[in-house]
Amino acid sequence: MRATIRFLLGAHARELPDVDPTRTVLQYLREDEALCGTKEGCAEGDCGACTVTLAERDGRGGIRYRAVNSCIMFMPALDGRQLLAVEHLADDCGGLHPVQQAMVDHHASQCGFCTPGFVMSLATLYMAGDNPGRDDTADALAGNLCRCTGYRPILDAARAALAQPARSGDEATISLRARLDALDTDSETLAVEGAGRRYVAPRSLAELTAILTREPSALILGGGTDIGLWVTKQHRDLPLTVATERVAELRQVTDTDTHVTIGGAVTYADATARLAALHPAIGPLIRRIGSRQIRERGTIGGNLANASPIGDMPPLLLALDAVLILASADGLRRVPVTEFFRSYRTTALGPGEVLAAIEIPRPAAELRLGVYKVSKRFDQDISGVCAAFAVTLAEGRVQSARIAFGGIAATPARAHAAEAALNGAPWSAEGLRAAMDAIDDGFTPISDMRASAGYRKLVARNLLLKFHLENPADLADAIALRLDLAEGMRA
Amino acid sequence: MSSNIGVSHPHDSAPLHASGTAIYIDDMPEPRALLHAYIGLSTEAHARIVARDLSAVRTAPGVVAVIAAEDVPGVNDIGPSLPGDPIFADDVTEYHGQALFAVAATTREAARAAAALAVIAYEPLPAILTLDEALAREDARVLPSRLIKRGEPETAIARAPHRLRGTLRIGGQDHFYLEGQIAVSQPGEQGDMLIFSSTQNPSEIQHLVARALAVPDHNVVCETRRMGGGFGGKESQAAIPAAISAILAALTKRPVKLRLDRDDDMVLTGKRHPFRIDYDVGFDGSGRIEGIDFVLAGDCGFSPDLSGGINDRAMMHVDNCYFLENISILSHRCKTNTVSNTAFRGFGGPQGIMAIEYVMDEIARHRRRDPLEIRRLNFYGDGPRNVTPYGMAVEDNVIGELVEELARSADYAERLQEVAAFNERSDWIKRGLALVPVKFGISFTAIHLNQAGALVQLYTDGSVLLNHGGTEMGQGLFIKVAQVVAEEFGIPVERVRVSATNTSKVPNTSPTAASAGTDLNAKAAQAAAHAIKQRLAHVAAGEFGVPPTAVIFANGEVIGGRRRMRLAELAKLARMQRVSMSSTGFYATPKIQFDPVSQTGRPFYYFAYGAALAEVEVDGLTGEYRQRRVDILHDCGKSLNPAIDLGQIEGGFVQGAGWLTTEELWWDASGQLRTHAPSTYKIPAIGDLPPIFNTRIYQSGRNRENAIFRSKAVGEPPLNLGIAVFLAIKDAVMAFAASRRPCSLDAPATPERVLMAIERLRAGGAASSDEVPVPGTAAGRPPDAEAAE
Ligand SMILES: Cc1cc2nc3c(=O)[nH]c(=O)nc-3n(C[C@H](O)[C@H](O)[C@H](O)COP(=O)(O)OP(=O)(O)OC[C@H]3O[C@@H](n4cnc5c(N)ncnc54)[C@H](O)[C@@H]3O)c2cc1C
Ligand code: FES
Ligand code: FES
Repeated sequence: MRATIRFLLGAHARELPDVDPTRTVLQYLREDEALCGTKEGCAEGDCGACTVTLAERDGRGGIRYRAVNSCIMFMPALDGRQLLAVEHLADDCGGLHPVQQAMVDHHASQCGFCTPGFVMSLATLYMAGDNPGRDDTADALAGNLCRCTGYRPILDAARAALAQPARSGDEATISLRARLDALDTDSETLAVEGAGRRYVAPRSLAELTAILTREPSALILGGGTDIGLWVTKQHRDLPLTVATERVAELRQVTDTDTHVTIGGAVTYADATARLAALHPAIGPLIRRIGSRQIRERGTIGGNLANASPIGDMPPLLLALDAVLILASADGLRRVPVTEFFRSYRTTALGPGEVLAAIEIPRPAAELRLGVYKVSKRFDQDISGVCAAFAVTLAEGRVQSARIAFGGIAATPARAHAAEAALNGAPWSAEGLRAAMDAIDDGFTPISDMRASAGYRKLVARNLLLKFHLENPADLADAIALRLDLAEGMRA
Repeated sequence: MSSNIGVSHPHDSAPLHASGTAIYIDDMPEPRALLHAYIGLSTEAHARIVARDLSAVRTAPGVVAVIAAEDVPGVNDIGPSLPGDPIFADDVTEYHGQALFAVAATTREAARAAAALAVIAYEPLPAILTLDEALAREDARVLPSRLIKRGEPETAIARAPHRLRGTLRIGGQDHFYLEGQIAVSQPGEQGDMLIFSSTQNPSEIQHLVARALAVPDHNVVCETRRMGGGFGGKESQAAIPAAISAILAALTKRPVKLRLDRDDDMVLTGKRHPFRIDYDVGFDGSGRIEGIDFVLAGDCGFSPDLSGGINDRAMMHVDNCYFLENISILSHRCKTNTVSNTAFRGFGGPQGIMAIEYVMDEIARHRRRDPLEIRRLNFYGDGPRNVTPYGMAVEDNVIGELVEELARSADYAERLQEVAAFNERSDWIKRGLALVPVKFGISFTAIHLNQAGALVQLYTDGSVLLNHGGTEMGQGLFIKVAQVVAEEFGIPVERVRVSATNTSKVPNTSPTAASAGTDLNAKAAQAAAHAIKQRLAHVAAGEFGVPPTAVIFANGEVIGGRRRMRLAELAKLARMQRVSMSSTGFYATPKIQFDPVSQTGRPFYYFAYGAALAEVEVDGLTGEYRQRRVDILHDCGKSLNPAIDLGQIEGGFVQGAGWLTTEELWWDASGQLRTHAPSTYKIPAIGDLPPIFNTRIYQSGRNRENAIFRSKAVGEPPLNLGIAVFLAIKDAVMAFAASRRPCSLDAPATPERVLMAIERLRAGGAASSDEVPVPGTAAGRPPDAEAAE
């Protein structure tokens, strides 16, 4: 067991003993290292002022760069990685990094408080060698709020900086890899203790389940994008956290002819490509979960285990009839996702049990799938209503339908009555009516700051109609329409 | 051409922002023995505090001091102009989130944890939580109501061929400056207190803290290098953390930092005033307004704070660009048991402009005309159609030309057709278009605030140190003023350094607000630089053997006749000749005056103009919308720095659009604000930016008044351009109804409000403007009957 965390802070190796496992990286940078370029704007992952870059080995000989929110990331997550803050971008002579220079040249800062965060989001793209188009750049910046500029100059700066050729060369990658290897963080299990709190990062499923059996009060820690806020906002004390992020078995994504299986500790970012390839409706949903920073850390497993009624993955997984694989010291069991959410924020996970994997059946070619997230703001917002529809048609009638919602009940839920009403019905606006009414009758949403009960219900029912309009019975029409709509909304 | 004026110099701090080396208060090295403060907040909207047991707080680990109302050495009030804003609530709490006590401890966590141990016993009192409730009760006012009236509105409305009445509700807005409120107070000897505050108003902090500490003003120094955003939110509200940290520092004799976290900041400090607007308008068949009556109810929250000026400015902006001959504007300053609302970019003006623009839109719906046509028809014209309801002649009107230029360059007419054609063929998605003109009055309506001071020092190496009363919050004030001083001395702007705003350098200053920062401080700094230059000219004249008037300062040199020397050389010479190279400068805006009794005068030195054309797309099944394209043309006079001005225009527009769309403040039934962090309060994000966004500065702009280098103020006016987005959404909503009935849409137009408005239209139900039948005229018929016209 190793009790110190080891990482690179910029170019410098750090080995820290007695780390408080719920101290945030932001606190560490500002208070311990006096690196005050990284700012706190909200301490809840929502403004991006605290954005830093994590560089890690990608398992294929390269380096994976991730922009993350340091305000909700706990210190042990640095282990084995390089942490880059805005101060680390300047070149050896103190000159501005191309991204920083572009921000100056394009007048992209006013009060400047958001600027280091934007710089780090862009520098992450720069280091990764990405030169995305406008939409993807905007996607990478969706988690960075600026109250002053109105964003246009920031996009201009991004375009200019990312268009520059030749970034970090192979040599730099190789040398960084070597330095990360030299930290030697893989050979022993990390077990940190500080400020009266403990943290363990087991490396295998067996080790994880053994700890969970031994320590029933342990809290499973995924990416910490929910748990981080328990500390920074609710000021909860977490005496023992057990991280999933090092558990090899939980980090895998496997593809077969029939399924895609996502490990319980896989982040959105690492699963997006495979999930998006399942169906065109899936990518746009994932793009709207949190921000790039959140998706680099947050896991799909965490989203399910957290069991929020407004989580965005459950409706999709309910509609696709995914199966969850739960692991404990006693072995594995399979639970259909439809049986996973028991009541408000309670799941089928028993004591000592961890969500090991999510098995998603490949949608059949003829499946019509639609996923909709409705929120006040398009980017980085929590759903008022999230809906997923999976329908197969035969001869103009509904052959089978699975409908699931978030935001209109205490748990993410299937709309069984609406499904029943739809089965066998003609695929027409008229044919939907009974199902729409069933949605109306079947749910009693709450009113809160995100949306009123009345609106949630109305939207839930309207979304079925929207799905229908976007999916005419003729598949060719459907595809044409989808392209049309995408264009219309983006143009 | 000058290398200083009209040139797009980057913000002086831009490289520091980008490299993370700009120092905000929380980034300053912490002084020895620093304590961290945390504020205990009320959990009742209106209640008597029957018991306040802070003993557990006092004995908690790390706690050094705990203070409440009785521990304030001087006056327990930080009302900026009128009393009523206690630092700590004493026996009654008037809003959920009001400060009750504060703790200083060795760490922030210790202070926060200790504060949670307080036991407060409340006896709830009846609370007024909504503006409607307050409006209905005549005793629920923070200040007396006011009336501006001209002509014969009642008769004009009654006689007009058409008449509409309606109500519009506009929500408030949180400033959401990225840097939260913060202050560090350091006690010195003999009662001195040095306060680093993120404030737009260092002088006021100085004065209020001195009063709270019961020491003379000269003991207190307030310094502000920069803010991470202000937007009006740090005009009066910064006094809360400043005063509390200073009191704790005085008591403990240790430096104290008070940084509000985001949630506490949003709960504790004031916001933009929500408004309810009731209108009654009479107009002729062409849409020309004959008489109009406005009742403006501003939700001031629990105390007056700056509400007087804010509501006044709302009244003075309901005319926007229009000549309203017969008009009555009645303003109620309503009291609710919510946080005291405060200055926010526009200072009430945007609510006033919203009111009339909404009415213009409703009239256009009624007349089935292009709203722009109705607007043009009502524009201010030549005298006598150029006098505002408060008696000021609009002498610098450029709105007609400016709107024409925008309509032309953005293809308004064609796009009206395109949008109509799109809506014709699209059932579930509709588009909307709106072109909104803006006129905004520049000067503080409190006349005495229109003054500024500066201090300029030239050193013998030719470098210049500049200090003035204005504060830098990102708006680019420092670089603009430096450009002016550099121009005066004929040196590159890099040779001028602006130092932190400091009340011991330039005293008795006004807040950096009302868009007037550059107008005032640049003039004061110019005067100071000019005074030094005059003295130097004499020195140079002696040296060159030419008259002082023949001495020219340019390109870092001083030239007289055929001789020249570098400014640094002249400065050395001046020192040898014992000539002062330091000067203060002062400026007071000319021409302005206002009689508060008759509510008439010339409150504004001049007006700034602009216009925006927005196109949006609305989803009729969810109420979601996106901006498709925005075109802006804005008048900055002769811009001092086009890049900085462009930033203000775009940023202001986006902030204004946010106010009216996604930024919704939501209180629960107990009066608790539930949108107190970015997870629930949604300011515009990058994805809200329209894919086509053209912003241009009006090239024919020139300030006809003698403002600094004929430029115009640009901080607040562009915020109003965001109204175009709201009205474009309203336009699209309307397109869902078969008959283009009027429709009500309140702000912010969240997807929910949008969908509900569409639903009302579908149900054929309530319109916002009630058609008022006028006997014997066409308006007596239902709107659809007029469609044949
Ligand atoms: C700014 C911001 C924006 C967000 N936006 C969205 C959004 O748009 N949509 C949305 O749905 N969510 C959103 N979230 C919530 C959050 O990001 C997601 O729920 C995320 O998927 C949680 O994953 P995690 O790995 O970070 O979970 P953690 O925070 O690590 O854990 C969450 C819960 O899951 C448990 N857990 C984690 N992994 C496992 C496992 N393998 N087995 C058993 N239990 C486990 C933990 O014990 C804990 O109870 C947002 C959060 C933030 C901070
Ligand atoms: S501080 Fe706002 S996201 Fe971290
Ligand atoms: S520059 Fe002020 S928040 Fe972005």
